[in-house]
Amino acid sequence: MIAALGLLIGLLAGLLLQPEVPLWLEPYLPIAVVAALDAVFGALRAFLDGIFDDKVFVVSFTSNVLIAALIVYLGDQLGVGGQLSTGVIVVLGIRIFSNVAAIRRHLFHA
Amino acid sequence: MPEHEQPDQPERDDTVAGAGDQPVETGRDRLVQAIRKPTRRQVGVAVILAILGFSAAVQVRSTEAATTYPGMRQEDLVQVLNNLSAAAQRAENDINQLEQAQSSLLSNRDSRAAAISRAREQADALAILAGTVPATGPGIRVTVTDESGQIKIDQLLNALQELRDAGAEAIEINDAVRVVAQTALDDGTAAGEPGRIIVDGQELAQPYVIEAIGNPQTLATALEIFGGFLEQVEQVSARAVVKELDEVEIASVREIATSEYATPVEDE
Repeated sequence: MIAALGLLIGLLAGLLLQPEVPLWLEPYLPIAVVAALDAVFGALRAFLDGIFDDKVFVVSFTSNVLIAALIVYLGDQLGVGGQLSTGVIVVLGIRIFSNVAAIRRHLFHA
Repeated sequence: MPEHEQPDQPERDDTVAGAGDQPVETGRDRLVQAIRKPTRRQVGVAVILAILGFSAAVQVRSTEAATTYPGMRQEDLVQVLNNLSAAAQRAENDINQLEQAQSSLLSNRDSRAAAISRAREQADALAILAGTVPATGPGIRVTVTDESGQIKIDQLLNALQELRDAGAEAIEINDAVRVVAQTALDDGTAAGEPGRIIVDGQELAQPYVIEAIGNPQTLATALEIFGGFLEQVEQVSARAVVKELDEVEIASVREIATSEYATPVEDE
């Protein structure tokens, strides 16, 4: 309950405050958001599996976001930023799909 | 998350998972339990999720607002620039082609207009010559009063020839007969009554009024020359009055004569 409230509060704050995204962050924010989504779905799956731990969640969330941003940053430096962000998005998308499939099996037994 | 998929946290979290006295617990039960009885441990998760929600909302917002190019990668910007210059090039080519088409159409139109106006002038000149349209312009009016009836077809023909010689462009007799190339003069000999004046089948009555369009002075002089029409008229003691006018109206017209036998020779 508190977790859902947190998500809601964050969304509302983002929508209401409408902060400017700093320029240096702009290429990485979308990737970071997708990576964070992956972490969240992974956490939900682990929770349903009964192996959830909030410390692990915090660490994995942070590292996911950082690594995704780092990969894209590295790609930018190497001149393949566009392709690498596509690659990262694809990988994260696949993981999100498989996590959501596991969650679905837990919740709907289907 | 691999770390979540692997059971690297073997001991159950009883507070989150609910009462530990139930050994077999489905994920759904755990979720319901977590929603019904939230624990303090959810606070950290809530903070993380708040961060996620915040950044997601911000990102969506900035994507919606991204009408300009800040934040794009250098290579993407170069690509955008290339596309734009290619589009500009194409547009310029289009402009050039259209301008060429326009100028060619314009010159086409001009030459057409010139040809049309030339043809119209020619048609007007021919129409006046053929007598198919009324005409107006400077000219003279000759009024001949012949009480003794001495004026014959010869004198009239003489007058017409002198007027034509002087450049008369349109001639009319008695406001009724237009004199053109096909005009025929007849003195009635064929009908057995010589001495009449019949022009194009129409007998003329006195006084004879000849109107001609042309240079008034030239026309008048042509009639006045020695041995010319006016002198002939005087010889038969008739009276002729020549008036130079700024405007002579010639209203009578002839039907368009379609040539039945003659055809133009195509000349290349």
